[in-house]
Amino acid sequence: MATLSEKVLTEAEKDSRTEAEETGNTEHVHPADASAPVLSVRDVRISDQAAGHEIVHGVSFTLTPGKAVGIVGESGSGKTLTCRAALGILPAHFEVTGGSIELDGNDISALTPARWTALRGATISAVFQDPASYLNPSIRVGAQIAEVVRVKKGLKRREAHRRAIELLRAVHLRDPELVYGQYTYELSGGMLQRVLIAAAIAADPRILIADEATTALDVTVQAEILDLLADLRERTGLALVLVSHDLAVVAQLCDEVLVMRQGEVVEQGPTREVLHHPRHEYTRLLIAEHEQYGLDKFLAVEAAKAAAAVEEDA
Amino acid sequence: MSTDPSQKAAGPVLEVRDLEVHYGPRRRRRRALHGVSLSVAPGETVGIIGETGSGKSTLARAALGLVRASAGSIVIGGEDVSAYGHRSWRALRRRGVIQYVFQDPLRSLDPDLTIEASLAEPLLIQGVSRQEAATRVRAFLSRVRLSDDLLDRLPGELSGGQRQRVAVARALVTEPRLVILDEPVSALDSANRVQILQILKELRADGVALVFISHDLGSVAGVADRIAVLYRGELVEAGTARDVISEPRHPYTRLLVRSAPTLHSAPADRAEREALRALLHA
Repeated sequence: MATLSEKVLTEAEKDSRTEAEETGNTEHVHPADASAPVLSVRDVRISDQAAGHEIVHGVSFTLTPGKAVGIVGESGSGKTLTCRAALGILPAHFEVTGGSIELDGNDISALTPARWTALRGATISAVFQDPASYLNPSIRVGAQIAEVVRVKKGLKRREAHRRAIELLRAVHLRDPELVYGQYTYELSGGMLQRVLIAAAIAADPRILIADEATTALDVTVQAEILDLLADLRERTGLALVLVSHDLAVVAQLCDEVLVMRQGEVVEQGPTREVLHHPRHEYTRLLIAEHEQYGLDKFLAVEAAKAAAAVEEDA
Repeated sequence: MSTDPSQKAAGPVLEVRDLEVHYGPRRRRRRALHGVSLSVAPGETVGIIGETGSGKSTLARAALGLVRASAGSIVIGGEDVSAYGHRSWRALRRRGVIQYVFQDPLRSLDPDLTIEASLAEPLLIQGVSRQEAATRVRAFLSRVRLSDDLLDRLPGELSGGQRQRVAVARALVTEPRLVILDEPVSALDSANRVQILQILKELRADGVALVFISHDLGSVAGVADRIAVLYRGELVEAGTARDVISEPRHPYTRLLVRSAPTLHSAPADRAEREALRALLHA
């Protein structure tokens, strides 16, 4: 099976040749084991051992290659803790006290630190809200990506350099050679988030967690990053967990939505189902907020069209 | 809201014409605003939308006299303030006819002053009696849905949403005719955002004119009567909120509308965004 970065590379190379080819050939998009879950979260409970109480009261979802699951909720709802549990990076004295998490067939409770290090980056990877704080300001950004491929993929320096540039191109940075040699302060927030995504996918993970990864960006840049994630998902079969306080951001990209509140999953289901037939009052509130203060009321005509399309599909 | 009758002119509360603002030394001057004209009628809410670096904060600062325009005119409540120097601007701001709220309330509230002292300060400067100031402070605190218990707290002891509501109350105590809000909800979570937007809607109902600056079209769409779009220092589009959002003309506005997260985004939007990006970068 081709690795993610190879797939990204071949796609990027192909892009430069002809776009017409791209639509025809899709067999490589879905790996052979497309239906086998890459991440299974089953009734996960997380407790603060110092305070002695449970914070997350049972979260379940399954992620297969190319699938995208969204988690929506306000700050403190437990969405970030759930993600951190899947990455094995819960803060001190937080523990998974119930349920199980399976990562590419491995129960994470049995993982040794060495095994975790091998899985992180190579199987599961993540990007967070403030990209600048995850990059070293005194090292050129390209070298930081090259380091990931050298360590994780065992590539030689020159090869790693080439691969890093290819990755920067794959995240649609306009001048990858130039960006490679730049420092964090020379790049905008949107560019930094792309650099971070490039680093996150450098070791060909099968799952990418994006936790409020677009929250701090301008809307147009946010849309660019979301489009990029959609693109990676389609081209490489990358599975996504998208965490946001904004239901619309999640709705744009995800097949399934979990709505969390105070550690509880109050609603879960296919995105369209949740948007069109919300059951829980909190979900209705999130939708009402958008209808009152978003663009939705002005785009009612298009919304009606979308609803009609849903009816047709059903 | 009652205002001094002498201030009640029929014309616009703010009129900006052909505004130019430059930054930097003469040799390497960078243009921040170019030929911007904008008029705000009494009681009207005008949203100004633009990306980082589009000049929207510069426009706010120019209208407050915090940045000097290199050309063009600014008229506030019928008074041409274009030629005002530092002192005249300060006097104008002290009169409290025009007020402002910035994104980060921690930076606009003195960290060592209690909420009561912060709110009363602009009134005391105007010569209002302490007793009268105390009454007004309480009235405005309840208008932003905060309890009197907060009066003896320091800004650092409040949550971000509470602080921003204090900043709004502080802007209101002088009963201004115009409030300029620069990204007032950008740092807030959705519950606090909705609360501030609700307060802004009530202000509009009271006849206070608002200039609401934001990068988030969604926040502005629910509140503004008219929307003006700034792009690279120029006003590229203006109209009623409905027209700008449902029939955007400039490619940047179209990209903005197509980029704003909505609950009913269509897959086709992605291709359209791609085409618009290519157009804008060409």
